[in-house]
Amino acid sequence: MFPYVVRRLILMVLLLIVLSAVTFALFNAVPTDPARLTCGKTCTPDIVAANRIRLGLDKPLVVQYLDWFKGIFLGRDFGSGTQVFHCDIPCLGYSFKNGEQVTTMILAAMPVTMYLALGAFVLWMVIGTLTGIYAAKHRGKWQDKVIMGIALVGYSSPVFFVGLLLLIFPVVRFHWLPYPDYTSPLYDFPQFLGTMILPWIALATLYAAYYTRLTRSQMLETMSEDFIRTARAKGLSERVIVRKHAFRAGLTPIVTSAGLDLAGLLGGAVITEYIFSLPGLGRLAIHSVTDYDLPTLTATTLVAAAFIIFANLIVDILYAAIDPRVRLS
Amino acid sequence: MTEPVLRVTNLNVEFTTEDGIVRAVDDVSYEIHRGKTLAIVGESGSGKSVSSLAVMGLINSSGAAITGSVKYGDQELIGSDPEDVRKLRGNRIAMIFQDPLSSLHPYYTIGNQLIEAIQAHQDVSDEIAHVRAAEMLTRVGIASVEQRLNDFPHQLSGGMRQRVMIAMALVNEPDVLIADEPTTALDVTVQAQILDLLRDLQKEFGTAIILITHDLGVVADLADEVLVMYGGSAVEQAPVRELFYESGMPYTWGLLASIPQVQTTREHLDPIPGSPPSLIDLPPGCVFAPRCSYTSQVAQNLCHTKKPALEEISPAHSARCHLTATQRSDIRVQRGIGKVR
Repeated sequence: MFPYVVRRLILMVLLLIVLSAVTFALFNAVPTDPARLTCGKTCTPDIVAANRIRLGLDKPLVVQYLDWFKGIFLGRDFGSGTQVFHCDIPCLGYSFKNGEQVTTMILAAMPVTMYLALGAFVLWMVIGTLTGIYAAKHRGKWQDKVIMGIALVGYSSPVFFVGLLLLIFPVVRFHWLPYPDYTSPLYDFPQFLGTMILPWIALATLYAAYYTRLTRSQMLETMSEDFIRTARAKGLSERVIVRKHAFRAGLTPIVTSAGLDLAGLLGGAVITEYIFSLPGLGRLAIHSVTDYDLPTLTATTLVAAAFIIFANLIVDILYAAIDPRVRLS
Repeated sequence: MTEPVLRVTNLNVEFTTEDGIVRAVDDVSYEIHRGKTLAIVGESGSGKSVSSLAVMGLINSSGAAITGSVKYGDQELIGSDPEDVRKLRGNRIAMIFQDPLSSLHPYYTIGNQLIEAIQAHQDVSDEIAHVRAAEMLTRVGIASVEQRLNDFPHQLSGGMRQRVMIAMALVNEPDVLIADEPTTALDVTVQAQILDLLRDLQKEFGTAIILITHDLGVVADLADEVLVMYGGSAVEQAPVRELFYESGMPYTWGLLASIPQVQTTREHLDPIPGSPPSLIDLPPGCVFAPRCSYTSQVAQNLCHTKKPALEEISPAHSARCHLTATQRSDIRVQRGIGKVR
């Protein structure tokens, strides 16, 4: 198991390096001049040319990439002489649009996205698996039909729709909750909760519906397995059969989906963050697109990709924890 | 004669499907005594597995209707509280299945699954259950027991897995063991070992065994009584020797003639033509009539219009057929059935 994890970690690093190169190349192929974007309305060709040299944009793309890559581990200085912008380790670039180091912006946005994703994750996993199991146990009966009906509606509702409904009714119309205004939970916990509860619900609605359906179909599939018949023949109670035998056997696809979905959200829940004005990675990514803020855009893309790659590793390790056949082969 | 441990009377199992009502088990009766083996023989789809699942209370599809009577001692199982039946399952009546790999949970160790079987019916500590599990594994002929207890099913061979299944079924010393094709998925050499093991354990525990199989070799090896099923009905019921030497109906003859023999010429294998009937809306008359070569010998087209009753041929031997006793013995002689080949 240990050598396997080490091998996977090395592969993961290699993958990230390749990915960073591709991302870097891709975003630098955008038909825009980054140097032009560094100066405002009072721009002269001289300033643009000077900035181009200061940012190293006059160098070949490969050298630019290597400089950028070096910056992650060694830090980096932009420009020379009196007007030096220093960028700390790990330097992912400097956003002239915001006058800030990209790393700083990412680190500020990351907790917001994390709170959003983790909160919604817990909510949808609990609701999704429990209702899924319940529906499977009452297959074909009215309980099953009601749950599957609700799940279908939830599954078909886009986040922006649910999110806007949640804003209009509890906030704008009935004033049950304050208008979302993100605060750190360390600073003002009640306000944090008041802000986060709606985005959590909005996100969880879609995902819970999906996990209800997934859990139900998994349970129905495993309940017809031979080893479930054996468990019944042993005279085990239905509770033990469902919880110990059937759920564990049907868990693998649920864990896979859960890991990747969570990772996807950790990279930025773009729409939800936008609707509820949460200053997370998703909103940062959107702004960097509209602003042509290439260093930030590259960095947010990489962070999102890193989450996915890491989640894949975690999921594979969990596989082994669940299924001894994977562990021992 | 002592009281039977299990008595099945007029058991019917019907499934309501979109295509119509499937009569999987039609009026089957049998009883089984302590230390004896009853073989239920038939092709796939003959209702042999379904009837035993019904006995175990393991048919829980909502479209199934089970009527008749299954009595364990004085206790009626059909229509009783599922919780009462659950307490008997794996405890007084146990079952093993065809494919031991898919029948064992892939994610739990052998030890875990054995201990679970013990603790489902006995209020004992983990330590005691562990000791008993180890004892039982030793009894079914598994070596290095402590190591095996920590193994997962996929780490064992097919024969070992079936031994584990047997250990798991017998760990609460049941009175009845239902073995549903216990050797079908195994290599021939391993089959013999498993049959030997079942015989030894039966002697030791006095377990009554219901052996479901399509393999007449296994029947000859292990059974005391045989129940032949076809199309959901019991078509013949006989002590094992009588079944092989004086069987009383064409389907059984067909089964016997389908066993390859080294002595006969290779072309001479005599299969039953056609395939088993669909159990949806069975036609009137004998279930086997469409495949039977002797219907012309029965007057008034009776085979296609009236279902024959299960009639006694001799004590403990009955068959469902319109042919007369003379006709039957003539056909047996003509086909060489019952002669020692």
